Amino acid sequence: MALERWFRRQRPTRGDDDATPAGLWVKCSACHAQLYRKDLVAHLYVCKECGHHERMPVAARVAMLADEGSFESWSGDVRPVDALGFVDVEPYADRLAAVQQKAGRPDAIVTGAALIEGERVALAVMDFQFLGGSMGSVVGEEIARAAERAGEEDRALVMVAASGGARMQEGALSLMQMAKTTVSLECLASRRLPYVCVLTDPTTGGVTASFATLGDVIFAEPDALICFAGPRVIQQTIKQDLPAGFQRAEFLLRKGMIDDVVPRGELKRRLAAVIGLLRAGAAAGPGALPAGG
Amino acid sequence: MALPFEKPIEDLESKIREMQAYADEQQVDLVEEISLLEQRLERLKRETFAHLTRWQRVLVARAPGRPTALDHVGAFVDDFVELHGDRALGDDPALVAGLGRVDGAGVVVLAQQKGRDTKENIYRNFGMAHPSGYRKAMRMMEMADKFGLAVVALIDTPGAYPGIAAEEQGQAWVIAESIRRMSRLRVPAVAVVVGEGGSGGALAIGVANRVLILENAVYSVISPESCAAIRWRDAGEAPRAAEALKLTSADLLEQGVVDEVVAEPLGGAHKDPAAAVAATAAAVRAALASLRGLGAHEIVRSRAERFRHMGRVLADSA
Repeated sequence: MALERWFRRQRPTRGDDDATPAGLWVKCSACHAQLYRKDLVAHLYVCKECGHHERMPVAARVAMLADEGSFESWSGDVRPVDALGFVDVEPYADRLAAVQQKAGRPDAIVTGAALIEGERVALAVMDFQFLGGSMGSVVGEEIARAAERAGEEDRALVMVAASGGARMQEGALSLMQMAKTTVSLECLASRRLPYVCVLTDPTTGGVTASFATLGDVIFAEPDALICFAGPRVIQQTIKQDLPAGFQRAEFLLRKGMIDDVVPRGELKRRLAAVIGLLRAGAAAGPGALPAGG
Repeated sequence: MALPFEKPIEDLESKIREMQAYADEQQVDLVEEISLLEQRLERLKRETFAHLTRWQRVLVARAPGRPTALDHVGAFVDDFVELHGDRALGDDPALVAGLGRVDGAGVVVLAQQKGRDTKENIYRNFGMAHPSGYRKAMRMMEMADKFGLAVVALIDTPGAYPGIAAEEQGQAWVIAESIRRMSRLRVPAVAVVVGEGGSGGALAIGVANRVLILENAVYSVISPESCAAIRWRDAGEAPRAAEALKLTSADLLEQGVVDEVVAEPLGGAHKDPAAAVAATAAAVRAALASLRGLGAHEIVRSRAERFRHMGRVLADSA
């Protein structure tokens, strides 16, 4: 939310949605190497030269995680509404209509059923391109429904987070989505179904401070910015330079806040592994101990 | 230190005082004149406060002299015992926790405390808690659950502190965990926004069965200043941002974010702190009483339900 504009300036995203084909060549936003666009896409949007993980479109994310042909979308039954009549330099309603048309979806998230290396999951992928992946009532509702349906259908939940935080154009109602998503996750906890979060660049504000950090396991992508308050806000508050690597995935790993930094190419295998292990444990029954302990 | 829109009120008040002094000094009878002015003052206050803009409400919510969270606690909690520390990192004075009694029944109190003066404000970090504060709150929620004590949370914070150590210690993580911990309480919880409800840092102790707000308090996803800096690229547009955010008690009641608005004395809580804390005390007592006798299951279920239905969406036939 607060960071939307800052991110845009710091890390220009390319028009890499399927709807907007860009040029043949693109420049790595970290090392500036010229990359053949098809190669970059084939390499899961990871720079061949320096390993930098570019932001990834939702469709490509779903394709890389779900077993081929297994994804079945659950989203789209709810659409956002401008409950406050919010107007800044442009009405929120107009902003929404424009971005909906561009994205081809009602809001900043896609959820659905999938298999990940055969593991039954509900998969939720946030879309940073859609108003900075901000969480309003629809994002909250989609997550709540996905968690509830995962519970009913005996699926783990995999959450790929990418968000500037709560959507300020929906006021306190967007703030309340932090609590709404949190209470809905109980549908998984009470059935001992794993909830695994993947924090991608960037995950910030009210999203980091609610469902995105409540996973049984939290993975992050290399160099992803993950924070509550954004670097600019902190800098303005303390009027000091920030330490190198501050609020990046590797920094948070050292601080003990995430389980691991996982390169994109290994993510699917890693997700399947932890989900498989946790589900096997749950199936063995409460308090079951390995033999010979 | 009058707020800008309070100037005409203050002027009239000082005029009445002058007349009174003159009458006493000169031994003249101005009773009728003074009484007329007092009536005019009453009307002026009523008019002014009935038509405050949202930004003016923000100013009242932050006004110097407004009762702090602990001032409210003092009015309805008997035998208050403050308990310090999160048993891991330290003690955060921005979030005060303790035990006490309300109408004879034990409660756990959580209070986001701003300073009453500059010195205390610095000590309290202007009511902006660090992760340690939220860890302390969670420790106290654990205690409330174990001993069957209701939780009363008083919210008054610009937000969780945005600093280097706070981020390193997982500010986002503790807020998320605190929201979850509070949503799991098997005991009744009542939250009151008494001043500023600043975003996630406020919600962390706001996942209650009953959420109250004082008439001139505000509760928002972002401060008007930050919102203005982002949306208008000018923090000076905060008054317009406040309008757009719909963050007043009346707005929040309409949105279903709060259950009840606690009326403040005419002129705002800072003009009559004693009356303000008495009104809060009565409202908290009534809220606690309304939750008495509910079973643990019902307490958890109805609280989860309350928050599960937050928000507005357009639903396709499904």
